[in-house]
Amino acid sequence: MTMRTRRKDRHSWRKLESALVSGLTFCSAIIVIAPLALVFFHVVKSGIGAVNLDFFTKLPKPVGTPGGGMANAIVGTLELLALASVIGIPVGVLGGVYLAEYGTARVNWVLRFIADVLNGVPSIIWGVVVYGLVVLRFKSFSAYAGGLALGLIMVPLILRTTEEVILLVPASYREAALALGIARWKTIAHIVVKTASRGIITGILLALARVGGETAPLLFTAFGNRFWNHDLREPIAALPLQIFTYAISPYDDWHRQAWAGALILVTGVFCVNVLVRIFTRVRAMPV
Amino acid sequence: MLTQVMPQPQVVEDRDRAAIPPSDAEAESLPMAVQAKNVSMWYGAKRAVDNVTMDIPAKAVTAIIGPSGCGKSTFIRALNRMHELVPHTRVEGTVLLNGENLYSSDVDPAIVRRRVGMVFQKSNPFPTMSIGENVIVGLRLNGVRDRKFLNEHLEKSLRMAALWDEVKDDLHKSGTSLSGGQQQRLCIARALAVEPEVILMDEPCSALDPIATAKIEELIQDLKKHYTIVIVTHNMQQAGRVSDFTAFLYMGRLIEFGATTKIFTNPGQKQTEDYITGRFG
Amino acid sequence: MTKAQLLLRERSVRERMTPPSRFGDEAFKWLTLTMALAVVLLIVLIGWQLARGSSLAIQKFGFSFLITSTWDPVAEQFGALPFIYGTAVSSLIALLIAVPLSIATAVYLTELAPLWIRQPIISLVEMLAAIPSVILGLWGIFVMIPWLRDYPFPFLKRILGWTPIFTGPIYGPSMLAGGIIIAVMIVPIITSVSREILRSVPDLQREAAYALGATRWEVTRIAVLSYAGKGLFGAVILGLGRALGETMAVTMVIGNTPQIAASLFKPGYTLASVIANEFTEATTDMYLQALFEIGLVLFGVTILVNLIAQLLLKTIARGASPRAVQ
Repeated sequence: MTMRTRRKDRHSWRKLESALVSGLTFCSAIIVIAPLALVFFHVVKSGIGAVNLDFFTKLPKPVGTPGGGMANAIVGTLELLALASVIGIPVGVLGGVYLAEYGTARVNWVLRFIADVLNGVPSIIWGVVVYGLVVLRFKSFSAYAGGLALGLIMVPLILRTTEEVILLVPASYREAALALGIARWKTIAHIVVKTASRGIITGILLALARVGGETAPLLFTAFGNRFWNHDLREPIAALPLQIFTYAISPYDDWHRQAWAGALILVTGVFCVNVLVRIFTRVRAMPV
Repeated sequence: MLTQVMPQPQVVEDRDRAAIPPSDAEAESLPMAVQAKNVSMWYGAKRAVDNVTMDIPAKAVTAIIGPSGCGKSTFIRALNRMHELVPHTRVEGTVLLNGENLYSSDVDPAIVRRRVGMVFQKSNPFPTMSIGENVIVGLRLNGVRDRKFLNEHLEKSLRMAALWDEVKDDLHKSGTSLSGGQQQRLCIARALAVEPEVILMDEPCSALDPIATAKIEELIQDLKKHYTIVIVTHNMQQAGRVSDFTAFLYMGRLIEFGATTKIFTNPGQKQTEDYITGRFG
Repeated sequence: MTKAQLLLRERSVRERMTPPSRFGDEAFKWLTLTMALAVVLLIVLIGWQLARGSSLAIQKFGFSFLITSTWDPVAEQFGALPFIYGTAVSSLIALLIAVPLSIATAVYLTELAPLWIRQPIISLVEMLAAIPSVILGLWGIFVMIPWLRDYPFPFLKRILGWTPIFTGPIYGPSMLAGGIIIAVMIVPIITSVSREILRSVPDLQREAAYALGATRWEVTRIAVLSYAGKGLFGAVILGLGRALGETMAVTMVIGNTPQIAASLFKPGYTLASVIANEFTEATTDMYLQALFEIGLVLFGVTILVNLIAQLLLKTIARGASPRAVQ
């Protein structure tokens, strides 16, 4: 009799313990995502007031003059992303193709390892390196330098995602193509990469969203510019840079502009992320 | 390149004859399309095919049967050098296609595969391409650009694969939108488009329902007028229905090879008889 | 059709096809190999650039650069200790906050949560990772710091003010604020890597424990967590690697004062922040050299930490690949 009750007690305690842990871990999950909600809430609340047509079409105004916009920074970020793509996409995609299609197990292990380590290099380091590589040499901050820094950050990101999605392409497509007497490289370029293209594009977009929000590598490469950039060999404005400059300034007007810039940047980054997720979930990789 | 350098009277003659259905007498005197001589294959250290010598007659269906793991799928991959895609595989012996050694150093495997086509167990039309693109992709990626020629060939290949009437209005639709049996016939059309001399089929019906299977088998009967067909199957009824010749492989060795009627009614080897009567496998 | 016509047609298909060229295959292979080798080149390039840019400073200060705490650009005396200290302490704070939360979240998402809630939370965690650092910093300056200054910091001071680490005046920008913002930034990566690790635990492990009548939590504790220990450690180290290099958000909330103070309410400075703040102001060569050397130190440490993390993660992946289990 006593034995049985004790066992029952023990059992219910164990169940209670399990429920308790479930509750605790659930709370952890809530705490983890709380900052997302808070940041989003504040960015929208503080930013929405300053977002208007001027914001997208006008240059920044000097301190004390209200109004003005960040047109040059928005365009600058797009230009920098275009420059970054020129480096990051071909190197990343083709490198990923090598890992997925050609490399031996050992070489791949090493290359993958290095790419993953490279992904862990702080982005500010890339800024310093490109400063030494480009800015010092040409004696000027420039859009090229900023684009190069962002592009180099993209390389390992795109390389890894490309490799992963290419490996998901079933071997039967490669076999079918090669059995038609199609050359290996054409099989890879026209059949395999094309089959994986949705995943590759997803990887590219996520990489762009990631570097589009980077500030540290641009501080002393692109440098920022209060005006339009007319020559890529000159400094260029970027949205994250402008937000940073305004955020640490002592002026309320600029703070408002910083929040508005943040709203635009966050919207852009989130849109890419959400679209990519919807896009890839609805039309999953063909298997 | 090779095909142009080497004269091929054999092939031309075959084609010519193909226009007229061959009589029985002619069938018996058919030349050998593929001759495997002492072919052995290894996966790493494991020997998958052991010293197989087999002459595969032209313009006929040859079935390769045997229990799973007997090396039949591996063996036909030696006939178009597809095994080379798998690392650590090795082949010894020679394979002659109309007298030419497929393994001689000056032969490009891509050329071999254009002449010896292949249809796989699971239909695998390219998912990013339409039905039409799937058919002509072999020609297009092998350098054929002439749009008119491609269109003609598209229709011809689909007709040969008995698929034209079913898809002629949907050529722009995705190849994966078709039913399983149609997809497999699309894959056959794709293989036919590059005009191979030999078609290897690796259990082409194993994923299909009986009706779709019947259609493919009927198609095989049509195709043998023009092509040499080698079909791997684990289904003995199918081998009996479609093939003219049957080879029985067991543990990588060729146990028996002969006319299908003989193999099925009067096998020369005890092992063949045991397998055919269902005592193992 | 006559024989001649057939012959003609026969030729036309074969002839129209171009012969396969070894050149195309070789060229493509070499092209992709070159691109893949770019990652090796890049890592060498970083090391070389940083070493080249700081050679004079290395010569002048030697090892004392790492252990002295004077940072005086005017007198050209440079010691990196306050930054090393700031980086270490802020990262440590970040780990103390982020690790329990992340691993608990990962456990919740793989073992305990109802299925329907998993994907939404996973997506939200990924979105958190997508917030640009500068925006988190902006939020840190204008929302988080005022709140910390008004509520949690005074509370901590009241409760734990007797310890040296929660004493002194409360400004707002501080080592603690820096650590908290870094924690927010590294939570997503630790969570998602931990989740992969937990998912790679074979179901057989779980089933065996369930068969013994264990509760959900007991299964997790006995079968999953003990099995995944090494991988989870790898996830934590990977998070540390990210924490050490976080730049913008930290720079905006840590106070940027090169000092070594026990109290976490006092401002600090990190290796990454000092580069971000002072690089464009470095007027003398030696100043720039010193900043390059800071970069070299930061690079060396993050490479080392990432190396360890990847080794931990890659060696377990060999036993039970997360992908194989999916």
